[in-house]
Amino acid sequence: MAEQMLAADGRPLKASLNRALRRQKLRALALIAPLFFFILISFVMPIADMLFRSVENEIVENTLPRTVDTLQDWDAASGEAPSEEVFSALYTDMALAVEYKSHTRLGSRLNYETTGISSLFRKSGRRVGRFDTDVYTKAFEAADPAYADPVKWSEWMADDSIRGALPRTASAYDGWAEMIVNAEGDDPLEEQPWDFVYTALYEDATAGGTLPIAADLSGVERVSIRAQFEDIDENWTDPDVWRTIKTYSPTYTNGYFLNSVDLMKGAEGIEARPENERIYIILFIRTMIMSLSIMGMCVLLGYPIAWLLANLPDRTANMLMILVLLPFWTSLLVRTSAWKVLLQQQGVINDTLVWIGIVSDGNRLELINNQTGTIIAMTHILLPFMILPLYSVMKTIPPSYLRAAKSLGATNWTAFWRVYFPQSVPGIGAGCILVFILAIGYYITPELVGGTKGVFISNRIAYHISSSLNWGLAAALGTILLAIVLLLYWVYDKIVGIDNVKLGG
Amino acid sequence: MKTTMKLMATSCLTLTASMAFADGHMANEMTIVSWGGAYSASQQAAYHDPYMEKTGVNIINDESSAEAVAKLRAMNEAGNVTWDVVDVVASDAIRLCDEGLAMEIDADEQLADGDDGSKASDDFGDLLVSDCFIPQIVYSTTVGYRTDMVGGTAPTEICSLFDTEMYPGKRSLEKRPINNMEWALICDGVAKDDVYDVLETEEGQAQAFAKLDTIKDDVIWWSAGADTPQLLADGEVVMGSTYNGRLFSLIEEQKQPVAMLWDAQVFDLDGWIIPTGLSPEREARALDYVKFATDTERLADQAKYISYGPARKSSAPLVGKHASLGIEMAPHMPTDPENAKNTFLYNYEWWADYRDDLDAKFQAWLSQ
Repeated sequence: MAEQMLAADGRPLKASLNRALRRQKLRALALIAPLFFFILISFVMPIADMLFRSVENEIVENTLPRTVDTLQDWDAASGEAPSEEVFSALYTDMALAVEYKSHTRLGSRLNYETTGISSLFRKSGRRVGRFDTDVYTKAFEAADPAYADPVKWSEWMADDSIRGALPRTASAYDGWAEMIVNAEGDDPLEEQPWDFVYTALYEDATAGGTLPIAADLSGVERVSIRAQFEDIDENWTDPDVWRTIKTYSPTYTNGYFLNSVDLMKGAEGIEARPENERIYIILFIRTMIMSLSIMGMCVLLGYPIAWLLANLPDRTANMLMILVLLPFWTSLLVRTSAWKVLLQQQGVINDTLVWIGIVSDGNRLELINNQTGTIIAMTHILLPFMILPLYSVMKTIPPSYLRAAKSLGATNWTAFWRVYFPQSVPGIGAGCILVFILAIGYYITPELVGGTKGVFISNRIAYHISSSLNWGLAAALGTILLAIVLLLYWVYDKIVGIDNVKLGG
Repeated sequence: MKTTMKLMATSCLTLTASMAFADGHMANEMTIVSWGGAYSASQQAAYHDPYMEKTGVNIINDESSAEAVAKLRAMNEAGNVTWDVVDVVASDAIRLCDEGLAMEIDADEQLADGDDGSKASDDFGDLLVSDCFIPQIVYSTTVGYRTDMVGGTAPTEICSLFDTEMYPGKRSLEKRPINNMEWALICDGVAKDDVYDVLETEEGQAQAFAKLDTIKDDVIWWSAGADTPQLLADGEVVMGSTYNGRLFSLIEEQKQPVAMLWDAQVFDLDGWIIPTGLSPEREARALDYVKFATDTERLADQAKYISYGPARKSSAPLVGKHASLGIEMAPHMPTDPENAKNTFLYNYEWWADYRDDLDAKFQAWLSQ
């Protein structure tokens, strides 16, 4: 065993070194801390929050807690609408949701899954306050005036034995009192409970619950809540509507992810979407293929330009460099619109071709509003991202290598292919990664020049974010896109090696 | 150390000062969101300028109406709504209302009565399509065509869109199912009143797509309102759908060889909403603005600058001449009886339900 080395102060050298290094590391960390936190707060957290929406689905449970609870016992495969009890729970939930104005939100959410629920909820929200259930309220008031007294109510509802005997009433009353405080800003001690609380009380009483004050309810005719809902819209008896509510009642859902790969939750588990609704897989594949073509075009066009830039005398090279950078200083929309002017059928290119006589006037080329248009415009827009890394790598390859190869007898081609090209590969790698990742997320240019077949998956993401407001689906599509990019990056690392990528000298 | 302290103290002070300034500044300023271009200009002249003169409130324009729904939702989630009044189309207003992002308005309580003494709810009538929506203009999506490219017989009806033998060449349609599906069915022999009943069924949807299939290769799909006018001006398309106001300016202001159809044009509405989550003062000011900007006179004034019809019945008799062209505006209004002979009514409620579903099918159809 070697003797331990000691520093000047007599402590072991290793420990002393470690201490000095640790301080340095801390200082370094402190230096990057502002940037780190900035990125964390302004970049990582919002993205994580957005991606989380792809599985989050609290809205159903939060809006219809009692309905979701009673629906547990309903068999979705029965082909029949649920029992009266579920409708009663829905009545309470709906009456509360209307006050919080959350029923229409839930309607839009569920409408993504089953068409028609949006208007079903909107309509029901308008009518749910006008159910015939006021007969219960009147009957209880007539039986004993104490039933109209808010203070009495709050006393009963604070008593555990009464609550235990009247579970539905307790739940409805709690929801009502909370709503009165939060949504109305009133005091439950001064407001008489609403009809749905009395409905719950009546149901508890007929189910054998002991009332706080005996009331004779024999003269009251039962109001079918189910019939009331059916009266608003007969879709309420459609088992499909209920199956949707039940399927999407858990807090987390994989529904958005299923949608984004053209699947859906059917009556018998996961199934493929009907043929005329499948779109996302096609779009993912198309996005990949087109991004790869754009990347390939950029390499083909960018390589010679970068070579020229790296080998011309400085003055000329600078001039050319400005030309490369010029598009960067022009707005993206202007550049894309310029392509429209050039490429359209009555555009500059077609006009010139017709004038020269290469194509006839009746047979003008379709260069825009299809994949060709997207590839041309995006190659142009992304070209600088290929040229710049290529140029900075090529600049570091000494011209003497080529001369040496030639003086040893290599032909021009061999000298280039065996000596020059391998040294420029890291630049190609960097350029390809940049161009591909930028291309995969583009949507403005494809939207403007892509027509129907030249659009990307990002166009659908943008649509769901800004127009349909289906952020869950947008997040799921975005997550899949991110996963694909990471996967490709990993494959790239395995095949080429990420150390082999250089953005410059 | 001392300098650092001083520096920090100063920056803190500046920060507080600038925040206080921003607050004070805010008090007399409101942000109104609209569509930009000629439309915003018409609002500036008809509503904003008189309102600023009357109240001294400074109005800031934001041209974000196209992304209003998403942005309002994001603002609402962040708890910082920076917009006071937002101009949206009726279907977006319904969506915003459903999402709880727009304030409910009681028309009779919160809007001005018509100058003929009618209650606001009667004056706007059926146009109050949502509890949150304050109608402003009626516009139509209709078809314009190149007069020099249609041969001897100019088209007179909407179904010319589907007649590629009589009118060969490209046509431009909006890249969404709304309007196109309805026109396809009407031109496939479905009665106007039955369109939505038919479109509700799988077979009806298939029928509409089959009709659209007949012209699929001849369509350039647009997504921005300026596209069709540009395509018409360039001669890229022989005909195309767009908003009637855009065609008006193409025909009357730019004097292009273009004419327009008034047949089965789809009636649609544009108007204001007030976002939820405003402070009481801002809310009161927004309501005050909206009450001012949607009274009979102001709505009629807007028609001087753009050919969209005022949403109030009581405004119609007040519509006068174009401010710079000097032509009578009434015959160019979608609400003009002569133009409104054969209109198609857009069913908001129906589309709110079917939009997600049909849009998926439409996109799938497009990409096939």
